[in-house]
Amino acid sequence: MLPVIEASRNGPVPPRINARVAAEWLEAFLRDELVERRGIKRAVVGLSGGVDSAVTAYLCARAIGPQNVHAIRMPYKSSSADSLGDAKLVVEALGIHERTIEITGAVDGYLQFEPDADGRRRGNIMARTRMLVLFDQGEKLGALPIGTGNKTERLLGYFTWHGDDAPPLNPLGDLFKTQVWELARYLGVPAPLIEKAPSADLVPNQTDEGDLGITYARADAILAQLLHGYNPEQFAEHGFTEKEVELVRKRVEGTHWKRHLPTTAMLSNTAINEFYLRPVDF
Amino acid sequence: MRWPVWDMPDSRCKLAIVQTKPRKGQLDFNFAELEKTFVQLAAETPPDLIILPEAALTGYFLEGAVYDLAMPAEKFAGKLAGAWQSTKSKGSVDIVCGFYENDNGTYYNSAVYLHVTPNGHDIVHVHRKMFLPTYGVFDEERFLSRGRKLSVFDTRFGKMAMLVCEDVWHSIMPTIAAIKGARFLIVPSAAPGRGVEGDEELESVSVWRSLLSSAAAEHGVYLLYAGLTGFEGGKGFSGSSSVIDPRGKVLVAAPVLGTCIIRAELDVREIDLARASLPLLGDLASVLPDLLLDDELPVARGAIDAAGH
Repeated sequence: MLPVIEASRNGPVPPRINARVAAEWLEAFLRDELVERRGIKRAVVGLSGGVDSAVTAYLCARAIGPQNVHAIRMPYKSSSADSLGDAKLVVEALGIHERTIEITGAVDGYLQFEPDADGRRRGNIMARTRMLVLFDQGEKLGALPIGTGNKTERLLGYFTWHGDDAPPLNPLGDLFKTQVWELARYLGVPAPLIEKAPSADLVPNQTDEGDLGITYARADAILAQLLHGYNPEQFAEHGFTEKEVELVRKRVEGTHWKRHLPTTAMLSNTAINEFYLRPVDF
Repeated sequence: MRWPVWDMPDSRCKLAIVQTKPRKGQLDFNFAELEKTFVQLAAETPPDLIILPEAALTGYFLEGAVYDLAMPAEKFAGKLAGAWQSTKSKGSVDIVCGFYENDNGTYYNSAVYLHVTPNGHDIVHVHRKMFLPTYGVFDEERFLSRGRKLSVFDTRFGKMAMLVCEDVWHSIMPTIAAIKGARFLIVPSAAPGRGVEGDEELESVSVWRSLLSSAAAEHGVYLLYAGLTGFEGGKGFSGSSSVIDPRGKVLVAAPVLGTCIIRAELDVREIDLARASLPLLGDLASVLPDLLLDDELPVARGAIDAAGH
């Protein structure tokens, strides 16, 4: 009998990451885009207590030095105490600047006119209020706001348009959530932030995976292959249910608009970004 | 025993590859930085040949601004030569650099090979990039025209050809250059790095190294690769400038990130030795006519009619 050596089958698998390579690349990205291209030495990061903003803070501290990183905690009255405490762990581990600016007054100042607003609207208002604070703090500190959104939430549309996606630089936007966790382990992000269930923390006991109806591990495996053009039969062959593939596909298909700038009516042959084309760093 | 006789005019070539990170669109600043680099090179052992990356002095992703920054080859050559001559170096030097070319309103992604003396310069050759990537992150053919010819040209170190970035990804390009007599392939490039699922490095960097080494070893040519570095709008160029010998061995390589100079002294005779021990190019030369005359190849044959068919 001859030994048989079988090739592994192609199929949807959770995306991998070489965390060292990714970290070095992202540090260089931050240094180049922040300091060299824009001449800005400082960064301001909204630190939520979750893993994405923690990884962003770690990358910023490594790229431009902890003395140049300003973490802003922006709790609302319903935010969990754990979130604040977890954010504190990051600040202490890195030795970055920290300030807590509660957004309750600003959010409730508006909501008093809209007392019936549902959870979705309230969440969007909080996200956009945090954006407002972050940009103003950036102006005050001579710092650029750094975004914390990952590729999974961007693809699923699980963010507030012109809210948490607003900062001009985004180091994690091409990394799936499962890759961000790997990167967090490599960077030494405190374990509680990696191990806890991810949450937008907009209402008590909320979890991302509860909101989305699928785990990040499954969603990332599906997303990674969906973007490479896998069809439903191929997913079924690899043990994914039609239901979960459809759930992911519909979220992606329904949110392309969230990944673009506003739609502008074109009237001339010098329309900006249609005919008049200049790169962002020109 | 008889010793082999070498009759090459210059059997050694002191090479320097400059891995640049230009400021987007800031020509004056980037030329001033280049002058500083040239001063450094002239003060050490001056090189015989200096190679810079694709779009080395403007940045790569220019979109419509390419029309603001492109210039005639003669003008670009004059500026490049002037930058070297400002060092007051007494020797002559050959310089290769990628640039956006404006040829009377037709635009190309080109590379120029210059011979510079203390008092003058000659354009030895201009290669216009033939394969313009226009997919995904790339949009070259929206703004540029493609070059129509892959030429080999004479230098004091022997025959050379230039291939810009994607040109070298099509294995037929180094093949044709080598068959036409090139002993050195110069590859100015701007390669956006990507792929973090690999083991030790960006996946795109591994792919590049493997295809460059294969081309060098298959044809017995020195492969001189100059890579742009730095980030442009989130896209990071993966540097990795390198010198690969005619056996496919990497003699020196720059890191992925950061500006630097890599240097090597090339022994031109290595080309003949490599080809003697692995005569693939000679084999190809004898078989190539049969391959190209195969009537199953989708290539136009015979006379072209008035309509170009």
